[in-house]
Amino acid sequence: MTSTPVHIREEPADAAPHAPTGGGPGRPAGRRIRDWLTAFAFTVPALVLFGALVLLPILFALYASLFNWGGFNMPSDFTGLGNFTKLIKDPVFLGDLWRGFLLIAFSIVVQLPFALAMAVMLNQKLRGRAVYRMLFFAPYVLSEVITGVLFSMIFAPDEGLADRLLGKIGLDGVGGLWFADPHTVLPTLFLVMTWKYFGFHMMLYLAGLQGIPPELHEAARIDGAGAWQRFRHITLPLLGPTVRISVFLAVIGAIQLFDLVWIITAGGPDHASETLAISMFQYGFKRYQVGYGMAISVAIFLISLAFALLYQRFVMRRDTEGALTTMRGAAR
Amino acid sequence: MRPLGDTSLTRRRFLAASAAGLGAAALSACGSSDDGKGSGSTTIEWWNITTTQPAKKIWAARAREFEAKNPGVKVKIVTLENEAYKSKMTALTASGKLPDIYHTWGGGVLEQQIDAGLVEDLTSKIAPWSGGFVPASVSAYQFESKTYAVPFDIGAVGFWYNKALFTRAGITTPPTTWAGYLDAVKKLKAAGITPIGLAGKEKWPGMYYWAYLAMRTAGLDAMRKAADSKDFTGPGFVQAGEHLKDLVGLQPFQTGFLGAGYSTPGGQAASVGNGKAAMELMGQWAPSVEASSGKGLGKNLGFFSFPTVDGGAGKLTEVFGGGGGHAVRKGAPQAAVDFLKFFADTEFDKKLVKETGLIPVVKAAGTALVDPNLKAVSTAINESTGFQLYLDQAYAPAVGQEINDSVAALMGGTKSPEAVAKSITQVAKSQ
Repeated sequence: MTSTPVHIREEPADAAPHAPTGGGPGRPAGRRIRDWLTAFAFTVPALVLFGALVLLPILFALYASLFNWGGFNMPSDFTGLGNFTKLIKDPVFLGDLWRGFLLIAFSIVVQLPFALAMAVMLNQKLRGRAVYRMLFFAPYVLSEVITGVLFSMIFAPDEGLADRLLGKIGLDGVGGLWFADPHTVLPTLFLVMTWKYFGFHMMLYLAGLQGIPPELHEAARIDGAGAWQRFRHITLPLLGPTVRISVFLAVIGAIQLFDLVWIITAGGPDHASETLAISMFQYGFKRYQVGYGMAISVAIFLISLAFALLYQRFVMRRDTEGALTTMRGAAR
Repeated sequence: MRPLGDTSLTRRRFLAASAAGLGAAALSACGSSDDGKGSGSTTIEWWNITTTQPAKKIWAARAREFEAKNPGVKVKIVTLENEAYKSKMTALTASGKLPDIYHTWGGGVLEQQIDAGLVEDLTSKIAPWSGGFVPASVSAYQFESKTYAVPFDIGAVGFWYNKALFTRAGITTPPTTWAGYLDAVKKLKAAGITPIGLAGKEKWPGMYYWAYLAMRTAGLDAMRKAADSKDFTGPGFVQAGEHLKDLVGLQPFQTGFLGAGYSTPGGQAASVGNGKAAMELMGQWAPSVEASSGKGLGKNLGFFSFPTVDGGAGKLTEVFGGGGGHAVRKGAPQAAVDFLKFFADTEFDKKLVKETGLIPVVKAAGTALVDPNLKAVSTAINESTGFQLYLDQAYAPAVGQEINDSVAALMGGTKSPEAVAKSITQVAKSQ
């Protein structure tokens, strides 16, 4: 990641190839056909794979979600939208949506500002800042399963590191059941998620920060702008595209959250930490109510799709204008 | 262009060839064996899930012995890991072609295969030698008084308790009634001891309480009828939930039990094995798991049956558990049944008991059992007057999971006993 999304808009408009290279108007027709054939030969395998591994499963999930299906043979017991009407009355599913919303809100209000603050700090001239950057990024590299096992031990009630440490510094009553209490499981889980993922967002911001020309800060300083003013009026606006991307990734990540929760709580106690993906897994692979599980997967797909489209249309419009249609900046 | 087309073609050819190879290998793996009959030699395919040593070695050696005694018969062993086996078998069941001899847990899955006409009725074929089996060990494979599999393993669930902690709390004999059990829990609490270890995160250990209470209040017949009529709202099932609620109300479990795993560090088995909790309701594997995830209790470990409930239909001698057996594909060669007979031989069962830690399924092999813990379970099974298979194997997966889920909610205080019975019925009816 040497370049940043900031540069996307700086590309000249006509730099992007609209057709396979070399297909200019002055070329002979035979050459052009051969070029198209080449493009065809290169894209068809990818399209076939995309169709077989992405499009077909999506279409099949849509189809199977209309059946009461156990997962073996072909679906035959057609229920129409039965699975979906059941879904919108299912307290666990509605709870999943609420918990998903909470996680997203937490991410945007707490995790991302924290990551940004760390990035700004580590962007200064600081002794050993490479070490800090590496340390803060390290949790992101760790596998979800190891993180899960590690934190179930740290937050084990009474005997875990967290409760022991709190006891040692005289805060006996502060610690609690953590993952084992329906009321505290979500905040505790969020703590772990922040620990695990803030380093990734910090890295995104750091990359973005390095793309901001230092001259701007110098000029502002000469004009007498304070640190906060410079952050507010130079850093933040120029970091806009990076922030928008990072919010996007955080939201999609929260919608699809599975492995960490599965390892730590399996969605419990009593569904208090269950996510959409966990409900889907439970119905699909534990209960073998595959049709119903498919209905949940379709719901996840629609939520993600709606969010992605609306977000790109309204929030990332300026960042992606042209880029999505002509792949401008993809080479950078 | 030319070279590009050529390489892609050869690559495609290569891919096609290897795909065909894989397909052929997969097909031959599930291939049948009766084609060997004509040439005077028979191959029987035997699918099992015995992946651990020394059992795997002993089982293979038994097959070789059988081949030596029956010239012309070959036993082809296919060993799969538990979960892989389950998914492979569901696919094979759907395709209608099962292996000659295959592992089964009995219950709902076996019944499905029988209903599809894929399983040999062994009742008369094994009649001459099946009298020696412990009755409870065969019951999971019996439907409408016909037997469809031969057992090799059996186990049961009961309370494993810490004798020293019970004595410290002033409990001299293990309780035999639910009222007495609740008293014992109160006494343990009064003595400052956590009465029960429970893995709330994993749900199935909590389900054991509800299942046993339903056996004691509603009774085995009512449980069978409920499975058939898909109606679990009878008074016995609601009472089971109420009795469980009484127990949960005493707060008998270890701190943070809702987040505890079973065999994880600090989980259910460790809390009992380290002497932090006084007892757990668990299957015959409990002593070894207590010893591996905790210190183990050694001589302090005791076993007692799940108590009866006053006015309930169930008896103290009705046990909850499960085991393993071998079923035979419909139309499999006679050698398959002969092999099962050879495998169920008393001396060989003794060997399995001694070397692989199984509980004997052949009555006469009981003398080989020396471990006092396993002996206690074996005695409970041998003297049992009724047997209920693990609910997740007896019922469809969705129903089993709903029972686990609802009972967990009951223990967490968010579902009433009536709501538990209602949810289970709802899921059962939707199947």
